[in-house]
Amino acid sequence: MKILIIEDDQEAAAYLAKALREVGHVVDHAADGLDGYGLAEAGEYDILIVDRMLPKLDGLSLIRSLREQGVSTPVLILSALGQVDDRVKGLRAGGDDYLPKPYAFSELLARVEVLARRRGATAESEPTRYQVGDLELDRLSRRVTRAGADIELQPREFRLLEYLMKHAGQVVTRTMLLENVWDYHFDPQTNVIDVHVSRLRAKIDKGFERTLLHTIRGAGYMVREPNARDAGAREAGRSA
Amino acid sequence: MSGFGNLFRTTAFKLSLFYLAVFAITIFLTLGYVAWNAQRLVHAQMISTIDAEITGLAEQFERGGTRRLVGVVNRRSRSPGASLYLIATREGRPIAGNVEALSPELLARVGQHNIEYERVGDDGRPARVHRAIVRIYHLPGGNRLLVGRDIEEQQRLGEIIRRAFGWSLLLVGVFGGLGGWAVSKRMLKRVEDMTATTQDIMAGDLDGRLAIKGTGDELDRLALALNAMLDRINELMTGMRQVSDNIAHDLKTPLTRLRNRADEALRNATTPDELRSALESAIEESDNLIRVFNALLMIARLEAGNAVDLTAECDAAEIVSGVVELYEAVAEEAGIPLEAAIEPHLPVHGSRELLGQALANLIDNAIKYGDSREGGNMAGPITVTARRNGDRILITVADRGPGIPAEDRERVRERFVRLENSRTRPGFGLGLSLVNAVARLHEGDFRLEDNAPGLSATLDLPASGNA
Repeated sequence: MKILIIEDDQEAAAYLAKALREVGHVVDHAADGLDGYGLAEAGEYDILIVDRMLPKLDGLSLIRSLREQGVSTPVLILSALGQVDDRVKGLRAGGDDYLPKPYAFSELLARVEVLARRRGATAESEPTRYQVGDLELDRLSRRVTRAGADIELQPREFRLLEYLMKHAGQVVTRTMLLENVWDYHFDPQTNVIDVHVSRLRAKIDKGFERTLLHTIRGAGYMVREPNARDAGAREAGRSA
Repeated sequence: MSGFGNLFRTTAFKLSLFYLAVFAITIFLTLGYVAWNAQRLVHAQMISTIDAEITGLAEQFERGGTRRLVGVVNRRSRSPGASLYLIATREGRPIAGNVEALSPELLARVGQHNIEYERVGDDGRPARVHRAIVRIYHLPGGNRLLVGRDIEEQQRLGEIIRRAFGWSLLLVGVFGGLGGWAVSKRMLKRVEDMTATTQDIMAGDLDGRLAIKGTGDELDRLALALNAMLDRINELMTGMRQVSDNIAHDLKTPLTRLRNRADEALRNATTPDELRSALESAIEESDNLIRVFNALLMIARLEAGNAVDLTAECDAAEIVSGVVELYEAVAEEAGIPLEAAIEPHLPVHGSRELLGQALANLIDNAIKYGDSREGGNMAGPITVTARRNGDRILITVADRGPGIPAEDRERVRERFVRLENSRTRPGFGLGLSLVNAVARLHEGDFRLEDNAPGLSATLDLPASGNA
């Protein structure tokens, strides 16, 4: 993927660029809002990572201008302002996702990959059925089957599985689950998400030799077909 | 010199000078009026005495002619305190009376005059010159009759009044000046005491307070108000110091742990896996620290009160059921039933995120600390209720744990305050501070009460208008 980082903090930008290159992305860097706007407007990037506070042209104005110019490249906003309203402002300006600083690189990477995938998916309408291995989820009839057998899920468990399967093969972090399945952006203090995921896992993986719902240590979760090895995923083990 | 300069600049001294001037003018006008009236009265009395005498003498003249008149005048002239009399010929030669000869030109002018005269002494020699007010009358036959009153007395009265005038002004000046000086000096001293105390306080003597004299005057009231302000500032500073002490302490512990682990890994880890796990735990520890800072920043921003848009209307029932649903699994995992009784549609103005976060903190606390099994009882349940009470929305999280002693209930809302029995559990003591800040931001109340046994925590929020 080709990624543009617009960030005035040289050290933070260098760290981020290096980490993204290590996992195989092509990265450009702009140190102020105007340079960033110039590069982004050409539209050759898959993802823009934009800091909110930028010299010459601030992040939100930059995004707004890009959207007005019809540039629809997905934007991940980074900000030291991680509070409730800042996120809303960022998304309203045309950002696609919002990540408060400091962030874990795994969190950023997971979000970047989901954003990039979403871009590809926008052209075709969302499928009504997801299938991973022998696990199937029908969004219309709200049925879930594994190896042909029905699995009873609570509404929230269904949405959790739906989100995981929609991003099958991609790492999904706990924060992303809390944001997208529960629509909350706060710090839940405890491992609430883990408990929900492990319950879901008990329903879909229990009794099957091949597990589909994996814990990616230090990052989050991933639903993946057995044997399909994803280069970006660093599976280190799983917990029950 | 500068002391005097200060004195002259004081408000009290300027006020004294002003009053002094007003007082002096008042005295001037009063005494002047009295003097003028007195003079006028005395003058009028003299004139009427003279007129009466002339009438009397005219009668005598009509009855007995010049001879009788001369007899009467001579008799009257000799009585003590007599008026002035003179009977003279047309040429000015005196015939009778107690006044030395006067010029015939003067005597020719009939009517009232102010003249200088010499009284005929007892020994026949002329006395010194006096002033008098006289009336001259031409008798039939050409003789002149003069009747008058000495006005020396009257002039002396004027003199006395003028002198009283001078003395009063002098006394008013001296005493008023002294009084003003004393009052200003006293005032100045108190103000200077206050200034000195304030400077001491600024220099670091934070327990210093302004002296109260107990007279209840305006300086006392000012000092009382300033002392109250200093107390409040001190309270806030103590609170702040406590918070920063707590921050320093509570953040030092995980930082030390982080450092020690890294150090130990550096010394002992030999395989990449060991190093990896040490790094992972280091990252986890830093993430915890970041969470603490985020919570601190959030509380600070909520307390500043201008960071969040609270105009949106949200449904407390939806928030509560959502958060309960989120935590149900965790509670079940911990072996504590989580029960909810939620009335439908509870509209409040505010932030769904913040209210959700506050409720999450309360439920999380109830799960962490509301476990009573250590005491040998059954666990839980934790009950979450959301209901409407008039124009208030009450969201309560109640547990059956050990609760919080009444004397600690206020304290636990402060940042980093953790009670002894919670020290061993994970957490930083920011949860309730955040709830408190969220409640205040929403113009609501946050109450901690006894659930007998256990703790009952209530968010009391104003219901939004269009219910």
